[in-house]
Amino acid sequence: MTVTVERGRGQGRGRGGRTVTKSRPGRPRPRDSYALFLLPGVLAFLAVIVVPFLMNTGVSFTEWQGVGTPEWSGLANYRELMDDADFWASFRHSLFMVVAMAAVPTAVGLVLAAALFDHIAKHHGSKVVAVLRACFYLPQVLPIAVAGIVWSWILAPENGSLNELLDAVGLGSWQQDWLGDPDLALWSVMGVMVWVQLGFPLVVFMAGLGRVDPQLYEAAELDGAGWWRRFWHITLPQIRPEIHVVLLWCTIAALKVFGAVYVLTKGGPGGATDVPSYFSFTTFFEKTQVGYGAAISTVLTVIILALALIGLGLQTRAEDAEEGLRT
Amino acid sequence: MTTAVRRYPVLVALVIAALFMVVPFLIVAVNAVKSPAEYAQNGPLSLPEGMYLDGLKDFWERVDYGQKLFNSLLISGSVAALAVALSILNAYAIGIGRVRGRTWVLAFFVLANMLPQEALVYPVYYLSKEVGLYDTRLSVIIVFTVIQAAFGTYLLSSVLGQFPREIIEAARIDGAGKWQVLWRIVVPVSRPTLGVLSVFFFIWTWNEFLLPLVMLISNDNQTVSVALGVLQGQRLMDATMTNAAALLGVLPALVFFLAFQRTLTRGIAVGAVK
Repeated sequence: MTVTVERGRGQGRGRGGRTVTKSRPGRPRPRDSYALFLLPGVLAFLAVIVVPFLMNTGVSFTEWQGVGTPEWSGLANYRELMDDADFWASFRHSLFMVVAMAAVPTAVGLVLAAALFDHIAKHHGSKVVAVLRACFYLPQVLPIAVAGIVWSWILAPENGSLNELLDAVGLGSWQQDWLGDPDLALWSVMGVMVWVQLGFPLVVFMAGLGRVDPQLYEAAELDGAGWWRRFWHITLPQIRPEIHVVLLWCTIAALKVFGAVYVLTKGGPGGATDVPSYFSFTTFFEKTQVGYGAAISTVLTVIILALALIGLGLQTRAEDAEEGLRT
Repeated sequence: MTTAVRRYPVLVALVIAALFMVVPFLIVAVNAVKSPAEYAQNGPLSLPEGMYLDGLKDFWERVDYGQKLFNSLLISGSVAALAVALSILNAYAIGIGRVRGRTWVLAFFVLANMLPQEALVYPVYYLSKEVGLYDTRLSVIIVFTVIQAAFGTYLLSSVLGQFPREIIEAARIDGAGKWQVLWRIVVPVSRPTLGVLSVFFFIWTWNEFLLPLVMLISNDNQTVSVALGVLQGQRLMDATMTNAAALLGVLPALVFFLAFQRTLTRGIAVGAVK
């Protein structure tokens, strides 16, 4: 998924704007009459997000098969979760997904973005940069279901392109059942996710680098700083806000990952690639243990919202510190 | 040690990496135009001997792909338009109207956008059945309009927060009402941002999987993503069919990508450079 980077600086400026208008005497603005414009949005949000979310949380304290009356069971579902090895396994797999969808793409994306921006653009022109960037970004526009079809065929044990390729270059002994082997499946899914995700950080970082003052680089180069030193001392600190946003956003995407698992492995073999979102999906719709499924998705929600709040807090603090340094 | 020598290794490395990204697309395109016999004989890595388009045609007819495309277009297009409309109403109140408690309202929208869909899916499924919207394209349009508008509100609010106030004040003095200011001034001036947002909403909705999978069960209502994902999940396809499916799934994405590439990059730049 793609997102525009929000720096939150606008708000500060906006607040300044208000004091100006407010300080003008004799013209009190009827501010709250604007609230009417919020009405459709707030009503729609209540119906589509707030009510379903509260229902889901409520259901998580009950035993319910989806029909009949839910039976209050207090914390029973949560207690059961604590002892459910499958549940813990699915969360462990989530951490692997965070590595594949957030950590690796961010690190690789940084190096690629810096190389494209600082090296390729200078020596080979912006056309080359645009084409390369487009290649890296391409998987991002693909529906995950389609990416899944493509990759499960490439990784197929018989006649799969990867195995055929290994055979063709004389590495036939390396052939594997990439998605069917319980020891390998998670790594294969991770590989696919790196491919899917890489373009997002790359494009965001390149946009971020666009606002770095080129004189910084020129000065560093004159002082004899090599590429890696410029990367460490200019690129990284300058686009730290973008790095924060990308890491936070990708981590949340990784915790929510569903489509890829559904299409590539259906959580298998033997639960080796199960993740919380897929786990809750099967609990809801295949096992029809709605109460238990609701408990799983509630725990997932709490984790994601906690992460989001911590992330946003850290980001604001970093930005404040930055502003403080500048003034 | 001249730069000419040091210049090229990096380029070569990046080109190889970029090739690795696009090889899956190429290999799918190549195999989608092979006949089953040819595929069986030469495997996936050979170049096609000719253009065999029956596989694509068979797949198109078998899943009624035209209908799926229409559904996806209808759903994504409606969501893009409605979500932008909803976002601008919200953002107008928050960014320009500066309603009381707007920080909280904004936080509420942000959290709504971050909420995992798993925590909504069963109640949405249940409620839509209660009100007779289950398995309708309208149900998916409503849900995604709200989810996308959450992000739109977040972004547009800060854009409108920086809207030049003199223009609005001037219009108000000339006697324009709030609704007129919104339509005649704020919307036209913000058109570039609104364009970027609608492109993003369109593509995001096109690619959505979980909710459409749950909500759209009948063949006539399914989107491209769901139809392909379900087929793949059932593993009913042979290799040629798989490639036909993959190619037909990739093509619309490719068209959007080429058509909107500048918008997409600008959209990311808009936020980052601001």
